[in-house]
Amino acid sequence: MTAFWCLAPIMVIAALGLVFARKAVHAALCLAVVMISLAVLYAAQGAPFLFAVQIIVYTGAIMMLFLFVLMLVGVDSSDAVKETIGGQRLAAAIIGLIFGVTVVLAVGQTVSGVVVGLKAANGNGNPYGLSELLFGKYVLAFEFTSALLITAALGAMVLAHKERLTTRHSQADISARRMREYAESGRHPGPLPAPGVFARHNAVDTPALLPDGSPLESSISDSLVARGQVRDGFEDDIDKVVEQLDDDEQGLGGEK
Amino acid sequence: MFDLQWLLIAIPLASGLGLLVWGKEGDRFGHLIGTVASALSFLFGVVLFASLLGKDGEDRSQSTKLFTWIDAGSFHVDMGFTFDQLSGLFVLLITGVGTLIHVYSIGYMAHDERRRRFFAFLNIFIAAMLTLVLASDYLVLFLGWEGVGLASYLLIGFWQHKDSAAAAAKKAFVVNRVGDLGMALGIMLMFTEFGTSSIHAVNGAITGASGSVATALGLLLLLGACGKSAQVPLQSWLLDAMEGPTPVSALIHAATMVTAGVYLVVRSNGIFDASEAARTAVIVVGLVTLLAGAWIGCAKDDIKKALAGSTMSQIGYMMLAAGLGPAGYAFAIFHLITHGFFKANMFLGAGSVMHGMNDDVEMRHYGGLRTFMPITFATFGLGYLAIIGVPPFAGFWSKDKIIEAAFGQNVWVGLGALLGAGVTAFYMTRLMIMTFFSEKRWREEVHPHESPRVMTWPLIGLAALSAVGGILLVSDWISEWLEPITGHAEHEELAIPAIVLTLIITVVVLIGVAAAVFFYNREPIAAETPADSSVSIFARAGRHELYGNELNDAVVVRPTRHLTRFLVWFDGKGVDGFVTGVADRLGDTSQFLRKPQTGYVRSYALTMFGGVAVLVLALLAVTLA
Amino acid sequence: MNEYITLSLILFTIGCVGVLVRRNAIVVFMCIELMLNATNLAFVSFSRQNGNLDGQVAAFFVMVVAAAEVVVGLSIIVSIYRARRSASVDEASLLKS
Repeated sequence: MTAFWCLAPIMVIAALGLVFARKAVHAALCLAVVMISLAVLYAAQGAPFLFAVQIIVYTGAIMMLFLFVLMLVGVDSSDAVKETIGGQRLAAAIIGLIFGVTVVLAVGQTVSGVVVGLKAANGNGNPYGLSELLFGKYVLAFEFTSALLITAALGAMVLAHKERLTTRHSQADISARRMREYAESGRHPGPLPAPGVFARHNAVDTPALLPDGSPLESSISDSLVARGQVRDGFEDDIDKVVEQLDDDEQGLGGEK
Repeated sequence: MFDLQWLLIAIPLASGLGLLVWGKEGDRFGHLIGTVASALSFLFGVVLFASLLGKDGEDRSQSTKLFTWIDAGSFHVDMGFTFDQLSGLFVLLITGVGTLIHVYSIGYMAHDERRRRFFAFLNIFIAAMLTLVLASDYLVLFLGWEGVGLASYLLIGFWQHKDSAAAAAKKAFVVNRVGDLGMALGIMLMFTEFGTSSIHAVNGAITGASGSVATALGLLLLLGACGKSAQVPLQSWLLDAMEGPTPVSALIHAATMVTAGVYLVVRSNGIFDASEAARTAVIVVGLVTLLAGAWIGCAKDDIKKALAGSTMSQIGYMMLAAGLGPAGYAFAIFHLITHGFFKANMFLGAGSVMHGMNDDVEMRHYGGLRTFMPITFATFGLGYLAIIGVPPFAGFWSKDKIIEAAFGQNVWVGLGALLGAGVTAFYMTRLMIMTFFSEKRWREEVHPHESPRVMTWPLIGLAALSAVGGILLVSDWISEWLEPITGHAEHEELAIPAIVLTLIITVVVLIGVAAAVFFYNREPIAAETPADSSVSIFARAGRHELYGNELNDAVVVRPTRHLTRFLVWFDGKGVDGFVTGVADRLGDTSQFLRKPQTGYVRSYALTMFGGVAVLVLALLAVTLA
Repeated sequence: MNEYITLSLILFTIGCVGVLVRRNAIVVFMCIELMLNATNLAFVSFSRQNGNLDGQVAAFFVMVVAAAEVVVGLSIIVSIYRARRSASVDEASLLKS
């Protein structure tokens, strides 16, 4: 019982964390806590096989799948604070409370009698007993679940399949398009110029300088330009350099 | 040959309907076809009448059954016609005067681009009027009755671009509906009482019925007659009906259709003979209308409206005569015929004057026209002499007989009729003076001229008839001719000799003429109508048609309008309010129920979860209990 | 024994409430997994109570089905995300008129 009393509060807190966590990743971590704790409880209740399966299948496979999809959809996708349906949270809380209190109270009335324990059933080892049931009494259900798994795998493939709607561009197509653009608009067919060339810095936020000393905007990443993080260090003015050096010495970090 | 009398109706009907459906190419000769159809009908009528003259007294009622119109259980109506002494006279009057007016209209409507349609309506009117007088069943008569009402409506509103004409047509139609209601109720009463609506059968069976039935029938038919003949209290439409073209006023609203009420009373003589009360009602209506029409005729400055007041008054004479019973029926018809001649003549004369005066109807803009329109003046003058009752013109003979018969009935009725004769002389003289004598008052742009021959010849024809119409009375021919229908009347001897009464009437007429000359030749006539405030209360009342319209408004129109408004309100707020209220409440409920349907899966899941919670609670409750 | 079942029910209820209040489809899915795990705990506990392994077999089946369900469910989420650029369950509210 020690394990139970240690783990039960953790599980409840983690479950509540699942409900209240703002970020989906935190929720997933909370769920993992609950699952691992459950596995321990299984082991404590004479179900070592399920303990292993719980760890491997749930925490190992299913939770990884969840996290994988979370990464795919966007880790930082979090719920908006504002509830869209009026009164939904309050109503859910009240009904949940009523339901929880009712069933918890009901359990005390209904579950009684002595605990038989699994000593006898696990006589030949827990996996042995389970396999006897699975391949004997429940063999048909077992076969059906295997069919279900195959169907689910196929279904997932179908659902995740993305139809290609446009023709695929080969490398030859791409180079032909580049040459055509060069002919029509004079766009350079080669790679973009690297930042920092001939400039005082060679950082990515410093534009390359043309031979005449003017900066080349296209050598900077568009997103840096959009964020306004382009360093204007291309002005080759010695006073400016001295000023910046002074700033650096005063520990301002040299940022602009 | 009398089996073919339906042709009298069929010829103008076919012509009228044909002209209506004919395309534009019919415009060139449509008026000729219409006139020829009317003339053919007249000629056939003459032939039939002549052969009727050649028969013995008993054979002079020739009936024919065309087909069975209605055969529903015990209700049986034949489409049958009867050509007898009374309807024969009417056929001649309708088709004869009608044909002359058709001819006149060729000239009068020459510049109207819808002349073909006008002639089609005129022909349809002739057909409907002939149906009315030839019918041998009250229901067939009612068919013609409604037909002339329709033609009247169409022709009053012929110039439908004028709001006043459209309104007048509507008014005539609506007021006539009131009379038609009486007529329809009368026919229903006939059917319930006698099981038939045949004119002959009803008038034969009436003697066996109770007096109250005869009185009710008589009053209902009188109501119908009042509507059609513009008698008080249903007189208000006739003056407005003058909005129609003048030939229409002459044919329908002077000579023929408005006399249909008189025809109905005479035709239903069996019913009126059986009820003293109904006869008295007819006399009262006739006398009141006689005086009211004359009053209105004295005050109107619009030549057509003055003549319309005169028409009301003269029909009042006829009604009065018809109410006198067998003693007066023949004179009612006699006056009807002579009136048909001279009033049609004068209306057409008025139309001729208007034709020369740029369609101006205001008599105060006339004056001294006798030299500019000699033929119109001469023919109008003959009509004038006829209507006021100057011997030996037609009106003298007919009016004289009516007044005499009225004195035979009751001295007060006789005095009223005598007064009417004097007033008639007054207002007709006034009309003559203002139009043809006195100084000229027309404006510069008006160039009075005589009308074309196609218009003057019918005037001459009608003037001649007005002059010699009295010939029908020679040796009491008309009384004897109609006697098989109207019944024999014992000639009542008056307290004074007939010749003295005639002299008295003539003197009264002369006094009326002298009064008019005295009032209207003394000083120049104002070219504009004096304001209401500057004339006597009598003239003011006359100008406003004795406040008949105001009375109708107060008694019928306004209460009806209030009732309608209430009903509209009740319909909108009460009935619709309930219906839309139910719908609105349902809509509100739906809107309320719609709110939980957010479309969010989570909210549905919440509902499910709540349901589960309730289920668990219920299970627990059951288990614990 | 009651305490195991009670814990299981508490976890189940928390999972339920989580399903109702969270809008990120993946977190909702996690809450469903939590509910499944809570039932598994109950199965295992009842198995011990009754002294046979049928409960554990049931828990085993639940795991298998949960695995299949997660695979299909997550691929549905991915395809919805691909179409709508959002993993919120409220975005897919086409039922609302």
